[in-house]
Amino acid sequence: MSKRIDVEHLNVYYGDFLAVEDVNINIDSRSVTAFIGPSGCGKSTFLRTLNRMHEVIPGAYAKGKVMLDGEDLYGKGVDPVTVRSMVGMVFQRPNPFPTMSIRDNVLAGVKLNNKKISRSAADELVESSLKGANLWNEVKDRLDKPGSGLSGGQQQRLCIARTMAVKPDVVLMDEPCSALDPISTIAIEDLIHELKEQFTVVIVTHNMQQAQRVADKTAFFNIEGTGKPGKLVEFDETATIFQNPKQKATEDYVSGRFG
Amino acid sequence: MSISTQSKSSSSSQRNTLTSGQRPKWLVPVVMVGAIVVGAAVSALITFSVASWAIFAAVLFLIAAPIAVTSIEGSRKGSDAALTYVVYAAFILAVVPLVSVIWTVLARGVPTLSIDFLTGTMGGITGLIDQRAVAEGGAVPGGVLQAIIGTLVITFWATLFSVPIGLLTAIYLVEYSNDGWLGKVVTFLVDVMTGVPSIVAGLFASALFGLILGPNTRMGIIGAIALTVLMIPTVVKATEEMLKIVPNELREASYALGVRKWRTILKVVIPTSISGIASGVTLAIARVIGETAPLLVTVGFLNTVNWNVFNDWMSTLPTFIYQQLMRPVAPTAPDPSTDRAWGAALILIVFVMLLNLIARLIAQAFAPKTAGR
Repeated sequence: MSKRIDVEHLNVYYGDFLAVEDVNINIDSRSVTAFIGPSGCGKSTFLRTLNRMHEVIPGAYAKGKVMLDGEDLYGKGVDPVTVRSMVGMVFQRPNPFPTMSIRDNVLAGVKLNNKKISRSAADELVESSLKGANLWNEVKDRLDKPGSGLSGGQQQRLCIARTMAVKPDVVLMDEPCSALDPISTIAIEDLIHELKEQFTVVIVTHNMQQAQRVADKTAFFNIEGTGKPGKLVEFDETATIFQNPKQKATEDYVSGRFG
Repeated sequence: MSISTQSKSSSSSQRNTLTSGQRPKWLVPVVMVGAIVVGAAVSALITFSVASWAIFAAVLFLIAAPIAVTSIEGSRKGSDAALTYVVYAAFILAVVPLVSVIWTVLARGVPTLSIDFLTGTMGGITGLIDQRAVAEGGAVPGGVLQAIIGTLVITFWATLFSVPIGLLTAIYLVEYSNDGWLGKVVTFLVDVMTGVPSIVAGLFASALFGLILGPNTRMGIIGAIALTVLMIPTVVKATEEMLKIVPNELREASYALGVRKWRTILKVVIPTSISGIASGVTLAIARVIGETAPLLVTVGFLNTVNWNVFNDWMSTLPTFIYQQLMRPVAPTAPDPSTDRAWGAALILIVFVMLLNLIARLIAQAFAPKTAGR
C-alpha cells in the first residue's frame, strides 16, 4: 500500500500566472520527503498538484506528468476523485468535521462516500486508524463526543487518522505542525516516522529542524523574486542538503543567510 | 504599610483627588425629576395630555441634563452625556410602538378568544346573528377556524415550493457559479425580487393562472405561488449567507478524502450550516404568513373550511382581518366583526412569534456541537 511518485516537467499555473516552473522529482515509496523553502515559493502549490487538490482553486491548472507507480495522474479521463482517494492530504490547520463525532470523523472517508461497512468492520477501522495516529488511548472512552472538543494537536492526529482510514498510498502533509505547540509537534513527528512504514509521506515545512528530524530526502524550492515562478532548486538526501548542498542558494537558506 | 493604609482609609471620607470635579450622584436624577415636573407644568399651559407631558419632559431633560453635566465636568463629559441620553431616547422611541401594538392586540384580542372562536367558522353567520349578539350581549358569534386552516395550508404549500428552489439556487450561487456571469445575473435578480411589492407578486400569480385557467380564477394554490415569489429571495439570501460562512477548509478536507463535490455539499457543507438555514427558512415563513395583498387578489374569501388548495376560494387570517374590518357582517352592528378581526390579529401575531421561537430552537438544536476542551 505504498507507491512511488515521479514528476516530469510539471508547470503549475494560476490563470495566466506561472506559479511553479518545470519540476522534476522522484519520490521513493516508503520514505519521507520534506519540501522546504521561503513563503510563496510554490511548495504548497506543488504539493497540491500531487493529488490534484489545486483544481479546487478557480483558474488553477497543471501541465506535465505526475506518475504514481507509473500511472499518470493527469492522464486523459483520470477522475481527480479517484486520485484523491489514493493520495491523502493533511492540512496546515486541523479541520475535523464539526458536525461529526470522533468516530464519525475517522469514518468520514467511508461514510461520506456512502460505502456500506459493517458495524464490526467500522469499529475495527476506527480502532486501527486511531491507534495508527497514536490517538486511540486518549479518545477511546469518548468516541461519540464531537471531534472539535479535542486539543489542537489531538485534532491534527484525528485528521491524520481520518486520512489513514481511506487507506491511501501516499500521504501529503501541508505544514501539519505549524499551528501546534512543541509537544504536539513531537507527537506528530513520531507519527510520521511510523507512517513511513506503510505510506509514502511528503511533508511541507518551514521548520528546518523538523525537516532534518523526519525526512529521508529534502527538496529545496526557491523563488527569484515576486512575480517569478517558483522552482525546485535542489533535491537530495536530507543530510546532504543540510550539510553539503551543491547549490549556493540552498546553502544560504539552510544556514540562515537568506535574503 | 499599615500606617499608610490607615491614613488612606481615614481620608476616604474626604474627596479623593482622582475623583474630584465629578458631578454628585444625585444630579441627573434631580434634573430628571425637574424635567418631569416642569414638563407637566408646560403641558398644563396648553391642554394637558400624557403624550405632550412625556414629550415636554423628554425634551427638557435632553437639553438640561447635558448642560448640567457640562457645567460641572466640562464639555467632553457633557457631550458624552448628551449622546448617551439621545441613544436611550431613541431606544425608548423604538420600543414604544412595539409594546403598544402588542398591548393593543392583546387587550382587544384576548376577550374574543374562546374555544368556540378557535374551532368555529363563519359559516351561517349572518348580519341578523351579529345584531342579536350586540343586543343581547354574550360571546362573539362565529369563528376563525377556516382562516387558520387556510393560512397554514397556503403557507405550507408556499414553503414546499420555495425552500427547494431557494436552497438549490443558493447552493448554485455559492458552490458552483464561481462568480460567473450567470451567478451575477441570478444574484441581481434575487436582489430585485427582494424589493418586489407583495401586491405585484399577487398580480403576477393571478395573471399567470388567469392565462391558464381563465381570468378571475381564485384558489389556494395561486396564493401559494404568489407567496413563493416573495419567499424565494429571502430563502436564497439566508441560505447563501450561511453557506458562505462554512470554512473552505472543511470542503477541502472532504475533497482530500476522495469525496465528490455534490456529496461534500450534501454531507459536509449543508449539515454544518443547517441551523442557520433552518432558522432562515423559518423567518422567511414568518415574513409571508402575514401577507394580505397578494392573497386578496389570488385566494379571495370563504366562510367555511376548505382544505383543498386546488379548488375554490379560501380564507386566510390576514384577509379575514381585512374583510371583517372593511366589510362587517352586519354593517349596522360592526362590533362583533371588529372583535373577530382583533382576535384573528392576535392569533396571527402568536403564529409569527411561535415561528421566531421555533427558528431559535432549531438554530440551537442543529448547531455543531462543541465539548469543552
